[in-house]
Amino acid sequence: MSDSTAIAHSAHDAPEHGHEEHPAYLRHHFENVEQQADAAGFAMWLFLLTEVMFFGGLFTAYLIYRNWYYPAFVAASHQLDIFWGSLNTLLLISSSFTMAMGVWCAETRKKSGLVLCLVLTFILGIGFLGIKTIEYKEKIEKHHVPGFHYSLNSFLNPDSDEAAKKAGDQPLPLDMARHTEVYFSLYFAMTGMHALHMIIGIAILGFMIYRAQAGAYTAGHVTFVENFGLYWHFVDIVWIFLFPLLYLISRHANT
Amino acid sequence: MTDQKEMHESQHHIVSPVTYAIVFGALLVFTALTVGASYVEMGIFNPIAAILIACIKAMIVVLFFMHVKYSSKLTKLTVFCGLFTFLALIGMTLADYISRAWGQW
Repeated sequence: MSDSTAIAHSAHDAPEHGHEEHPAYLRHHFENVEQQADAAGFAMWLFLLTEVMFFGGLFTAYLIYRNWYYPAFVAASHQLDIFWGSLNTLLLISSSFTMAMGVWCAETRKKSGLVLCLVLTFILGIGFLGIKTIEYKEKIEKHHVPGFHYSLNSFLNPDSDEAAKKAGDQPLPLDMARHTEVYFSLYFAMTGMHALHMIIGIAILGFMIYRAQAGAYTAGHVTFVENFGLYWHFVDIVWIFLFPLLYLISRHANT
Repeated sequence: MTDQKEMHESQHHIVSPVTYAIVFGALLVFTALTVGASYVEMGIFNPIAAILIACIKAMIVVLFFMHVKYSSKLTKLTVFCGLFTFLALIGMTLADYISRAWGQW
């Protein structure tokens, strides 16, 4: 990803390296602007493929362990609240939409529109993390975080647990109940890595809002905004798969 | 300068806000659908429906929000290769784990 800082200060030195005139943001080693944009987009996609493989490993682990310890995974997933999961999906899809609109604003050189879209994306991203915090807090309070303080109570005595009771869970045998810890390990690994990507994205968004106000992305060079858009949509796609796998597919599986 | 810029802009497809709005609406509908489907008892088809809807949503995002539909052949090939490799790896891994204990019980 090349940043567009070049626009701001290299207007005066452009003629130096030019037999012919070209935009200041065109780097020496590219034939033309189009080739530069293609190369940047290609590189961004290669990076996203490494990300696909990374999250793919976690998804595969989840599928295999769910297959092995099915009753534990069903009971453990009943501890998640579909309401918060759906709301988070809504926030993330909306943020993807505002990001896409931001790319459009950059392409059509609408500076205030771009800043507005980036700010909205930023706020929706923060909102997502806020809801994730509420969910994590509940897990911590119920001792569902894997480790020394992990509690099997919700799975050995489902009647004592509101969420388990509502889902109609039966008590699990001790050895199976212990495997709920595997579910929560994967839950925290997957949503935690996803949240880390969100945090990185939000940090870059903050930087972009600052640069966009200076007009950096609305002077024809949109590569940075475009490639960040790809990253943001990718993070959205990861959640699109996490949401059904973690929250939805075990709703009815204990009858 | 103008020459380069015009060439760039003629090659570069700008997706319209109307398309984005339609895609956004479709994503919301599919989200409502997948949440609704999870409350309906369908046995083995519950996870299948959920994954299917997730795949459709992901495909819409990749094609329109990520501009793959309007991208160069190189980008399309890259995305396809990545997807293919991912599915091959996940397929081989699952085939291994599923068949590992065959005949041993």
